[in-house]
Amino acid sequence: MIPEGSLLAAHDLRKTYGATPALDGASFSVHPGEVVAVMGPSGSGKSTLLHCLAGIITPDSGTITYAGRELSAMSDAERSALRRSDFGFVFQFGQLVPELTCVENVALPLRLNGVKRKAAERTAREWMERLEVEDTAGKRPGEVSGGQGQRVAVARALAASPKVIFADEPTGALDSLNGERVMELLTEAARSSNVAVVLVTHEARVAAYSDRDVTVRDGRARDLEHAV
Amino acid sequence: MTLLDSRTAPAAGQDRPQPPSRGAATLRDLGLGIRFAAAGGREGWIRTLLTAVGVGLGVALLLLASSVPHMLDERSARDQARSETRISGSPDTNAPKSDTSVVRINTTTEYHDRTIEGYLMRADGTAPVRPPGLDRFPAADEMAVSPALKELLAAPGNELLRERLPYEITGTIRDAGLRSPGELLYYAGSDTLTPASGGHRIAGYGDTRAGDPLPPLLIVLTVMVCVVLLVPVAIFIATAVRFGGDRRDRRLAALRLVGADIRSTRRIAAGEALFGAVLGLLIGLGFFLVGRQFVGAVEIWDVSAFPADLVPDPLLGVLITVAVPLTAVLVTLVAMRSVVIEPLGVVRRGRDRGRRLWWRLLMPAAGLAVLGFTGRVDEYTYAPVNPYLIATGAVLVLVGLALLLPWLVEACVNRLRGGPVPWQLATRRLQSSSGAASRAVSGVTVAVAGAIALQMMFAAMNADFNRMTGQDPSRAQFAGYSEDVTGEAATAAIEQFRATEGVEVVIGSVQAYASKPGVYAEDDVPPTTSVTVGTCETLRELARIGACQDGDTFVVHPPGDKDMSQWVDQAARKGKVVEIGSGYGKPLRWTLPADSPTVQGRKDPMGDTHYGIMATTGAIDASTLPGAQITAQIRVDKSVPDVAEHVRNTAARIDPGMRFVTLDSVERDRQYASIQTGLQVGASVVLLLIAASMLVSQLEQLRERKRLLSVLVAFGTRRTTLSWSVLWQTAVPVVLGLAVAVAGGLGLGATLAWMIHKSVSDWWLFLPLTGAGAGLILLVTALSLPSLWRLMRPDGLRTE
Amino acid sequence: MPEAPRRPTPQARGALETGTAGQGHLSDVYTCRVYTPCTVLPMSIGHTLLGLLESGPRHGYDLKRTFDEKFGQDRPLHYGQVYSTMSRLLKNGLVEVDGVESEGGPERKRYAITDAGITDVSRWLMQPEKPEPYLQSTLYTKVVLALLTDRSASDLLDSQRSEHLRMMRILTDRKRKGDLADQLICDHALFHLEADLRWLELTAARLGQLAKVVAP
Repeated sequence: MIPEGSLLAAHDLRKTYGATPALDGASFSVHPGEVVAVMGPSGSGKSTLLHCLAGIITPDSGTITYAGRELSAMSDAERSALRRSDFGFVFQFGQLVPELTCVENVALPLRLNGVKRKAAERTAREWMERLEVEDTAGKRPGEVSGGQGQRVAVARALAASPKVIFADEPTGALDSLNGERVMELLTEAARSSNVAVVLVTHEARVAAYSDRDVTVRDGRARDLEHAV
Repeated sequence: MTLLDSRTAPAAGQDRPQPPSRGAATLRDLGLGIRFAAAGGREGWIRTLLTAVGVGLGVALLLLASSVPHMLDERSARDQARSETRISGSPDTNAPKSDTSVVRINTTTEYHDRTIEGYLMRADGTAPVRPPGLDRFPAADEMAVSPALKELLAAPGNELLRERLPYEITGTIRDAGLRSPGELLYYAGSDTLTPASGGHRIAGYGDTRAGDPLPPLLIVLTVMVCVVLLVPVAIFIATAVRFGGDRRDRRLAALRLVGADIRSTRRIAAGEALFGAVLGLLIGLGFFLVGRQFVGAVEIWDVSAFPADLVPDPLLGVLITVAVPLTAVLVTLVAMRSVVIEPLGVVRRGRDRGRRLWWRLLMPAAGLAVLGFTGRVDEYTYAPVNPYLIATGAVLVLVGLALLLPWLVEACVNRLRGGPVPWQLATRRLQSSSGAASRAVSGVTVAVAGAIALQMMFAAMNADFNRMTGQDPSRAQFAGYSEDVTGEAATAAIEQFRATEGVEVVIGSVQAYASKPGVYAEDDVPPTTSVTVGTCETLRELARIGACQDGDTFVVHPPGDKDMSQWVDQAARKGKVVEIGSGYGKPLRWTLPADSPTVQGRKDPMGDTHYGIMATTGAIDASTLPGAQITAQIRVDKSVPDVAEHVRNTAARIDPGMRFVTLDSVERDRQYASIQTGLQVGASVVLLLIAASMLVSQLEQLRERKRLLSVLVAFGTRRTTLSWSVLWQTAVPVVLGLAVAVAGGLGLGATLAWMIHKSVSDWWLFLPLTGAGAGLILLVTALSLPSLWRLMRPDGLRTE
Repeated sequence: MPEAPRRPTPQARGALETGTAGQGHLSDVYTCRVYTPCTVLPMSIGHTLLGLLESGPRHGYDLKRTFDEKFGQDRPLHYGQVYSTMSRLLKNGLVEVDGVESEGGPERKRYAITDAGITDVSRWLMQPEKPEPYLQSTLYTKVVLALLTDRSASDLLDSQRSEHLRMMRILTDRKRKGDLADQLICDHALFHLEADLRWLELTAARLGQLAKVVAP
């Protein structure tokens, strides 16, 4: 069931919101350091799959295994702790805390993990430098451009040295140039740090930054490379 | 300006035919705003209702306050109606005996710290006058009681009271005869009372003279109480009008997109605010009418009110009706000045420079200056106090504090750096927008500062009073005076007190006066001094007597008063005869022994200095005195339960008309305590109001940040982290507000105490109110948490 | 939709970037079957070489090297192609032989552009390319045939989608490693591929409808 050597694997996930099934037997796996694009039309259940994989929501049935541990057997607190320590997140928009400066935003996951402020901000600055947004450190998210903001978000996702980054339409609100740059920096940083990326997108050009793609259609994930 | 437009526009509109005229546009926009408020879907309704309920609460309080003058008028009218009709300037003058006249004596007593007013009455003829509210004149050993007293007497555990008022209840006093619903009052009948035994003959009821003007101190107090309670209410109304403002701004932005101009959006917003405020007025009226029914159950400062007494002053009522909607519109327009509503969204105008301090300091300083120049008043000031100046001063100080707060919050918050994550989230949030929080908290500041100042003033007055009387409650806790009794009765009375349960010492003395016998010219006064008869033990409490044996007599000089000492010596000539009398009966001739030593007087537990002739019971048999006054100062064992009631019962048994005083100022303490309670209750109600408005904005803010909260949850942020940040976000401005309130309140209190020539006795009175402030923080946080936790779910992440 | 003809072509900007006057042409014509991005179709090789000669006379060997460097990373030009093109240009009077060298080796001709050649290059550059309407699509044909023969059109589309994505991934990878010119060239291809992908997705969503029309 679980592909050999996979870091995070889901099998036969089902999730229903009210009467509408969002996931209807979806399976998925990602290896360490692998970038996997999850594609599919709107409403196909991509985001639900991502939320299940990240342990944000629990599926109605099915198994999710992360590094040998069964996610659905964990308590809410345990899953929260896992998200703090092992996962990073990038969303489409509205993810930076508007009152915190950019560097404080990047340092936030580290600080939630108990790292001291000074140390956390030092690490944050290093990541911001890597994502070429070090000059936004003292600014509020409202004062930086969309592309910079998204790169700050990527820096934040990477800052706590996660094993998996979940990116949900990370370039959705950006123009193609900025979007490409964000993808380039995200995948480059992830590959060099051996971080797996689960990338939800409906844009083929964004998905092209992945190593592999999975299509979700009607709540079922089709891993073409494995299926065909 | 928009309002002016609406007034002047119709005339201008007729000149210019091109549609729509400005007047028509204004009306249309206002109407549109009202439609948004009334028909904006569920969301719109919630917002309008929140505003309306908020405004309604404020309006209800304002109506209540505006009813106070009428309530006091009604109360004092009823009070005057039941006072005896004065027949001359002197209150002691007895009315002529007639078929309708009545002899009565005030038998007011105290029971478990509550005052029970009572009269013992005896009809002279067949048609005695009756006080208002009484249908039948009580026969001997019967009484009519107020409903509250009836209830108290019937309640279990009050045997001692029933023992004290051993009359049969035959009637109930109607409301017309009561000051307030909770008043404890009785009228009892007697068939033995005479003017000779202390009674006073009256011809009728109804004091037609104008009531005394309020004493200046009371004016100051009243003004202060009004300011303290009403300023926060006004602030609260202003805050309530802003509920849901962000959402409204976004809606207006959408209107701009379809072509509305900026003026138009302002008018639409004004229309919305107007609708909410008018609805609030109606709701407020409803709250007031319903709440009025329960007001009888509330008793502050021994004052409760009949629902019918609570009628708003017409002028104030009109003022409220006009001012509240006007305020709503003005606040909305002012609030919108800092927001630019563009077709594609709302831009909050950045504040390029921080808030300025100097003009904010100006106001409280000006207030203190006004108070300082108004000068000092005290109980003896007869020159009319200008209450308006005091009001102006106090308002300036309190409003000044409220203005100081936003600056202070901004200044403090901007200095905050780092700290743990929740603290960082909260302070950063406050840094980006501290205005809303400061506004709400400024209401807290005014209420708390005002309450502290008033309490300090009361405490100073109370403490001062205790110091001035010189009473010493450690020597005796009670004192009873009974006039015009025979010497025999007097000695019996003292014995009865001694026999009462829990009584340790009775300093019981019988007093009469002694004068030098002889015939005097009409304008010549015979040298007279007092004669005090008591045991050696008693006399030692009254004078510095060394050796004392039964049978000894002393001449006592007042310490430090040569003139009076000489006067004493002229009356009390050693070895000579004096005439001892009391105004009734034949004086007793008695020789003052020549070997009586002269000693210095001493203050008794009541703080009075005694002098004259003092005789032990062996020297003068008090029971042979023709008439006398008893003074019994009683020390009790406080550990005996209900000891005070036992002593009072003894006093009532001896003489229902005995003046009986509690020395350890229980009554004043209680009254002071009730003022303090009243203020604290008032301030707490205000705090609750503010808490409600803070809660509403907190919840609004949380809802706005639904998505962000979901993202933070995705990160694995703990609930506790965000809960703490919500707590800090409320706590920081409230704590700052309380700090300003404490500092300002202490300053204002000290100034007010200075104005009435008192010194501050208690600097720690702010503690309970700061405690209430802490409670407010916890309350707002606790009530926000369920909403926070509900929003901390991943639903907000779903964009599809 | 076809691109607006007046837009400056990527290669023009690429040429300016490298500071040469040489111009080239990349095909905008992609069919569903043939993906040979970053190449110049034979018919425009002549114009491209002419453009390269505008900056100064060169040997055939130099021409080939410059061409490969700028436009032909995917498919280097054959020497034969260079010389046959040059002879055609010589015949048409667009280039002339500038000189002959033979220093210790075979004889090498140096070519220079003629005025007629310059005019020809200008004319070619200024003349808009005909937007490709893509009215004939093999893939469309395949889909309809699958529907008519009761084969799974959906599988067909999926495997095509996968193939497209694979190509896009390769191009993205190359773009990431390449310089600006490389990035622009690859982007051109990526955008076209993306357009195809969108068509594939749309068709997949409309298969039911299509089946009713073509195979009632």
